Amino acid sequence: MEQFLQQIASGLANGAIYACVALALVMIYVSTDHINFAQGEMAMFSTYISWQLMTWGLSFWAAFVLAVAISFLMGVLIERLILRPLHNAPVLSIIVVFIGLLAIFNSVAGAIWSYLIKEYPSPFPKSSFGIAGVIGPHQLGVVMVTLIVLGLLFIFFRYTPLGLAMRAAAQNPQMARLVGVRVDWMLALGWGLAASVGAVAGIMVAHIVYLDPNMMAGILLYAFASALVGGISNPAGAVAGGFIVGILENMVAYAGNQIEKATGVYIIGNGEKLTVALIIVIFVLTVKPAGLFGRVVVKRV
Amino acid sequence: MASASKKWVLGIVVLAFVVPLLQPVLPDVVSDYRLFLVSTMIIASIAVLGLNLLTGFNGQFSLGHGAFYAVGAYTAAVLMDQLNVPYWATIPAAAIVCFIVGYLFGLPALKLEGHYLALATFALALAVPQILKYKWLEGLTGGVQGIVLMKPEVPFGLPLTEDQWLYYFCLIVMVVLFWAAANMLNSRSGRAMMAIRDQYMAADTMGIDTALYKTVTFGISAAYTGIAGALSASAIAFVAPDSFNIFLSIKFLIGLVVGGIGSLTGSVIGGIFYVLVDNSAQALSQFVKNDLGLPFDLSAYTVFGVLLIAIIYLMPMGIAGGVAMAWRKMRSAR
Repeated sequence: MEQFLQQIASGLANGAIYACVALALVMIYVSTDHINFAQGEMAMFSTYISWQLMTWGLSFWAAFVLAVAISFLMGVLIERLILRPLHNAPVLSIIVVFIGLLAIFNSVAGAIWSYLIKEYPSPFPKSSFGIAGVIGPHQLGVVMVTLIVLGLLFIFFRYTPLGLAMRAAAQNPQMARLVGVRVDWMLALGWGLAASVGAVAGIMVAHIVYLDPNMMAGILLYAFASALVGGISNPAGAVAGGFIVGILENMVAYAGNQIEKATGVYIIGNGEKLTVALIIVIFVLTVKPAGLFGRVVVKRV
Repeated sequence: MASASKKWVLGIVVLAFVVPLLQPVLPDVVSDYRLFLVSTMIIASIAVLGLNLLTGFNGQFSLGHGAFYAVGAYTAAVLMDQLNVPYWATIPAAAIVCFIVGYLFGLPALKLEGHYLALATFALALAVPQILKYKWLEGLTGGVQGIVLMKPEVPFGLPLTEDQWLYYFCLIVMVVLFWAAANMLNSRSGRAMMAIRDQYMAADTMGIDTALYKTVTFGISAAYTGIAGALSASAIAFVAPDSFNIFLSIKFLIGLVVGGIGSLTGSVIGGIFYVLVDNSAQALSQFVKNDLGLPFDLSAYTVFGVLLIAIIYLMPMGIAGGVAMAWRKMRSAR
């Protein structure tokens, strides 16, 4: 039983990370209809920036805030400089540009900080945090930080004029432009926010998966699965999807473990995590493309 | 294809067959290592051609063609390793296996378009190394260790070195495959494939069985890339799961975009190009570090990434398309 609870708890912690990255993906998808294949690598790059800041002597939280701010700028710049001119380009061009960004971020991070795996500290005190036997201090901290970030984002989008303008720009760009919203800049801000949320996810997960240029590949795949399960057009759905997929992932591994213990037959375990995500992605895309909470898109022919 | 360009193609193929015979005359220019490098370029062009058949001629995206390359390579490796099948027989076997796998993947892909298909294939590319390491397959695939193979031997006592024979073998396979692809694209089926790419709805209304064509194209495309994988298993004489990562699929995408989307010649250019950049990455890095004095380890993927973006901006038709356009302009100016 205790093991079961532990699995749920670590599922929640993973789910919090997936929820953040999925939310970043959905924020870009809702406003531009693009799936950002470079989201994971951008988050990885932000994490390296925070690591660099810490080695230069900053405290964890100072580096955290600064790295998130730098990521915001990075997101805005990428949108303005690289994606804006391709506004009406065919889908393939956009995908190719995202893959190009992915390759650039990955290789540049490797070039600057090398491909050696680095340890990344956890900011949460071991003694006073967590519930013994159920949830570890870092896991609890991750869940709390992501919940705070998600809460702040909710308040921003729901109760501030800027948030309202951004939602308007995403939902109906033409009308928003008519009432005086600067849609271009709203898209760039959306990119900045997405990069920041991704950075939070990267910094939080780095203690668990260790820091290396390929650390986000698996997480990005799970974030895709989360966004799809929740409905890729629904931010709240993506967050819910993140937690669902996070728990599901650990349950599958747990079930596989139990089966192996009971019957001695190995079916599935930690080594098949990405395969599980692949199956979720293809299953949702073919069976229920709108996800659990998404809007069903009807195309007029 | 116009008759003039047919002559050109024939000339290049003949030249490609003659070049290794010059080795006794020019031993430094036509070295075994260079021939091996050209063999890998040939393999790369076949893989890019596979992706091009799907994306360039049928309009379905794939960021996961590395998966089919891996299936081809492993099919060949397992057949050679477990059943002692000769290397040449693994090519059709890999083609059949990959056709089936590609066809099956094409079925769910029917429901996906644009970004979603890219997403599904991207997920496939990320998961491939793990699938290859699956415990139940370990007996066949050798798990993380991979499989070590023998290099193809020279048949019939021909007076050739191993690398020369490999070069000829790859060249023959390439010529056959490109000839088949050109003929297919020139036929009714080829026009149907392109009609689906250009105007899906109209093609459907005209009575083209779009579902059949899309899935079969997926299968053929996977078979082409799988044959390239099988050739690479023979050429490198080694397969291991972690070499079939997402970056392999990105290389194919590079070849596709650089060469030219929807161009047979472009596939060759693209394949040659990515192997060249991959192989000169070390020299490039040295150049940046020592000659330009920048404290930066330039890797091939930085070049790839920058090029991908630059080409989308500057030459959306790729090198083949850009050259063809310049050629046409020159002709019309005269």
